[in-house]
Amino acid sequence: MSQPKRRRINVRMPAIGGQGAVTAAHIMATAADHAGYYAVSNPFFGAEKRMAPAESYVRIGIDPIYDRGEVVYPDVIMVFHSQVITMGKSYTMPFYSGIKKNGLIIINTEEDLLTDRDHEYLESLNVKVFNFPATKFAMEIAGTELATNMAMLGAFFGATQIVGMDSIEEGIKARFLKKFVASGGTMSLDSAIERKFKKKLELIEKNINTAKAAYEVAQEWARDQGMEVWLPKPQEVAKV
Amino acid sequence: MQKTEHVQYNRAGQRVVSPDYLLFEAPREKQFMTGSEVVKEAVKRASVDASVSYPITPQSEAAHLIGELWVEGYVGVYFRGESEFGVMSEIAGCAMAGARSITTTSGPGTLRAMENFPMWAGSRLPIQLVLMARGVNSPLSIQPDNLEMSFLLDTGCMIWHAENAQELFDMILAGFVVAEQPDVHVPLITAIDGFFISHTREAVMLPPDDIALPPYNPYKSPMVPLDMEMAPGRFLRDPYVMKSNYISYAAHTSWQFEVRAAIERSRPYAKHYLRGLIEEFGDPEAEIVFVASGTAAAQAKEATLMLLHEEGVKARVVRLKTIRPFPTQELIEALRGAKYVFVPEFNVIGWLEREVRRALYGNLDVPVIGSPRVAGGMTMPPEFIVKEILQFLGKEVKHVV
Repeated sequence: MSQPKRRRINVRMPAIGGQGAVTAAHIMATAADHAGYYAVSNPFFGAEKRMAPAESYVRIGIDPIYDRGEVVYPDVIMVFHSQVITMGKSYTMPFYSGIKKNGLIIINTEEDLLTDRDHEYLESLNVKVFNFPATKFAMEIAGTELATNMAMLGAFFGATQIVGMDSIEEGIKARFLKKFVASGGTMSLDSAIERKFKKKLELIEKNINTAKAAYEVAQEWARDQGMEVWLPKPQEVAKV
Repeated sequence: MQKTEHVQYNRAGQRVVSPDYLLFEAPREKQFMTGSEVVKEAVKRASVDASVSYPITPQSEAAHLIGELWVEGYVGVYFRGESEFGVMSEIAGCAMAGARSITTTSGPGTLRAMENFPMWAGSRLPIQLVLMARGVNSPLSIQPDNLEMSFLLDTGCMIWHAENAQELFDMILAGFVVAEQPDVHVPLITAIDGFFISHTREAVMLPPDDIALPPYNPYKSPMVPLDMEMAPGRFLRDPYVMKSNYISYAAHTSWQFEVRAAIERSRPYAKHYLRGLIEEFGDPEAEIVFVASGTAAAQAKEATLMLLHEEGVKARVVRLKTIRPFPTQELIEALRGAKYVFVPEFNVIGWLEREVRRALYGNLDVPVIGSPRVAGGMTMPPEFIVKEILQFLGKEVKHVV
């Protein structure tokens, strides 16, 4: 089924405080920025934090982006935790409220969490649902559930095909390396910092591997679904 | 004769350049960062002498990052106050001592510190306050809402309202330059909508960080620094308050007028360094006009594009960069030909609508609609603005989504 030409993807990430949805949003936007798109990311949270609902948002497009704040009408929803659905830990009820036609929902789950009515409604809008066990995936590849956000990130880019792994790697490195180098200096890294640095590099590598594996799985899934690339390439737009 | 080039360096060892060079001519490189991080980048290039901080969401990170600059040697003095009242009092002390001073606060912190803002203005201290607006009590909220800006309108401080991280960066640098002009020399509140700017990550263009603004010259102050014992402001020792006579009342009155006149005198400088007090966006012929500032203006721009591309309705945005001074003449000129003026706002009372009505009254006869308006952390999606406009025009709302 052919999809309308999009100029913008608005992403909503309902998650649980502590899962790293804010980090995922920032890396997603950085990767998109690296690939030449306009991109903006922002979190929204209350004062409650861990295990409470936390949401972050990313807007990626081929035109300048002015829009700020919560994404009320998303093209893509990424559900980081089953409790978003099963316990209503979401800023909106149902969690897919506002989803646009031809949209996409990625849910971190091993089993289907939606009711028949949910499926019926989403199908009526031609919204695709991708059940993807991101936490299980993170455990297997990175050896920690903390990499769940990297798996979700990889799944998003794999499904939408708007940027390649090089930009994702760049986004991850920018998030975890930049500040360290800026404050650590290059002249006198003592052995303690070196060990820390080595640990950091290992962490980055694990994160990249997780995102990459998820990217490939989602790419495969999107191909099976007959999905096309979600945005024109930025340079293609520039030529017009 | 051969001229010798005189290169000046500031405390941090950065090369001192002219404000025009720093703001308009220096090569810029793209960075991807949050509004809070951008505050750090601006302060880093501003030859700042003093900053006092106190944590409150959403400005805590910006305050913290200025502290990092102090560690790195870019800021002369940095410490944490006892409360926001303490912070705003202590930063006044820094400014009275002749230091270029900056601080940050939000919401309830602004209200707690309130007494100090007219004191800053009356003492002619060119302090810069980066205000990251959030809801004020009660019910308690940490979310974006700029009601607090209305409380600050008549404190005698200049108020600028940035739309995004880029503008916040440029405004902080331009702000010191404008506020420190000898014929201006009043405080500046550089406001943004909290979270929408402070926590949002976006692309910004930054000049190199080895150049900076010329240091502040306190000897250009219209008030003698430190003790303020000379005319016209003999405010600390033997002050007017101790004399119940006509001349002290008259002096107080004229000084209040003078502070407002000083804000008026900032216009040409602000116009130069901000490249105009307003920005016009969209089809200049459009009869539907949004007048807005800050994030509300950003939302209106997005709605303007959506109205045009999806509904075939022409609209435009007049964005106000400065609220004090209020760009009255620019606004009247920009609204000629307007049929409807909508004022979208992120606060419950609609302070900008009031300001717009006051500016237009007797000058331009056009209906002003204080809508849409959200508060307490609610988002104003462009789809929502589009719906309001279509309903107002009696047009069919087909598919907003």
